[in-house]
Amino acid sequence: MTRSGLVVVDYGAGNLVSIRNALELLGGTPSIATTSDDIARASVIVVPGVGASGPAMERMERQGLADPIRDAVHDGAWYVGICLGMQLLFERSDEDGAQMLALLEGDVVAIADAPRLPHIGWNQLEVQRPHVVMGGVADGAPAYFVHSYVARPADASIVITETEHGSRFPSIVVSDRVIGYQFHPERSGSDGLQLLRNMLDLTGLAPGTDSPWSETQALSASVG
Amino acid sequence: MLLRRVIPCLDVKDGRVVKGVRFVDLTDEGDPPTLAERHARNGADEIVFLDISAAPEARGTLLDVVERTAKRVFVPLTVGGGVRSATEMRDVLRAGADKVAVNTAAIRDPSLLTTCARTFGRQCVVISVDARAVPGDAERWEVVVQGGREATGLDAIEWIRRAVKLGAGEVLLTSIDRDGTGSGFDLALLRAASAAVDVPIVASGGAGTPGDMVAAITEGNADAVLAASIFHRDIHSIATVKDALAAAGVPVRRTNGLAA
Repeated sequence: MTRSGLVVVDYGAGNLVSIRNALELLGGTPSIATTSDDIARASVIVVPGVGASGPAMERMERQGLADPIRDAVHDGAWYVGICLGMQLLFERSDEDGAQMLALLEGDVVAIADAPRLPHIGWNQLEVQRPHVVMGGVADGAPAYFVHSYVARPADASIVITETEHGSRFPSIVVSDRVIGYQFHPERSGSDGLQLLRNMLDLTGLAPGTDSPWSETQALSASVG
Repeated sequence: MLLRRVIPCLDVKDGRVVKGVRFVDLTDEGDPPTLAERHARNGADEIVFLDISAAPEARGTLLDVVERTAKRVFVPLTVGGGVRSATEMRDVLRAGADKVAVNTAAIRDPSLLTTCARTFGRQCVVISVDARAVPGDAERWEVVVQGGREATGLDAIEWIRRAVKLGAGEVLLTSIDRDGTGSGFDLALLRAASAAVDVPIVASGGAGTPGDMVAAITEGNADAVLAASIFHRDIHSIATVKDALAAAGVPVRRTNGLAA
């Protein structure tokens, strides 16, 4: 089957509205994926999500989406994980011992030495390795975080930015066709929208010149 | 480094922003998405909608307001006021809210916090607490409801501790004594709450000057400051508050003013 198009996976783990609104503002045409067929058709799979990894994986399995997502990535589709969607990329979570998608090697652990948890609010993206996902976004730019757990990748070279809250953790990872954001780009103002625009560019889904989308339109939106 | 948040709060009644709105250049002054967008542009780190509609039929209107706002505003959105069940919380989250604040309903049924935290994650469950100083005791506060008209007999700090244990991931703490007075936050209350729990504390009630906001963070140990009238009436801008915070060494998010 030929893959084309962007889907946002609905597996009952949180707010799909914000990411969908942001992608639409940028000229993307996201559809909502709830079945394995939806996944099988997509070239870019956005996995949002908040909450605990155990229940999220259970819902994903129950809906029959976990294997199709793994297959899709092995088949060359992009995986874009946001917050919990980034954590699910790894093998295992300390949160509840959940076994996850295991598309990347590593585990998920509570933020060490955090002064307060959950880590809620704006914190800085500190570039570890230059990458086009950060194009047009300054080193140290603030992004909106809401989480208590973080990824600990086995391969340090996939870490594009780190963030500090008592200890340092990866806030953006990129490995081949897999992108993970530990924060919410769809809630991170103009920098967040720029990150999503970069993602659309990178995954080949940026709108063409004949699209109704325009820079002016995007800039005129109120984006914090 | 975690930045401290400055949060404007909009009171919404029957789908309109009420109380002290004095923007002159808006075609529709009381339209919540329009005002939220204006605040976001001016550097708000988050927007809080507090629904004060009395009628239950206004719920649909609120969801519409949240939905329209979430299409235009790309900073976090917290909605509070009258949420009584996990189903209602789900509806508000589905409309585009990032967090939901519960107050009276959680006092009536504390297990609501656990249900909501299990279902949606504690990061989107905010416990909103209205506290009033106990006369003659400098270190005690009582939880009140109905805008301070009704006392509950609950010790505010104990209730906050319990609510967090049950599932709240953030505390929106309003001093009813200071609310609307512009006389500064109740710093002792903020300090006590901040010491009692590990989750972020949002200071509310009493903001009159940028200096009050600085004190809430540097002396009250709050993670965020919330204000209504000083922003709506344009007495102080969000930028002015952030300037004062930055000058006091508090890390804040600076925006470029263009799309921000």
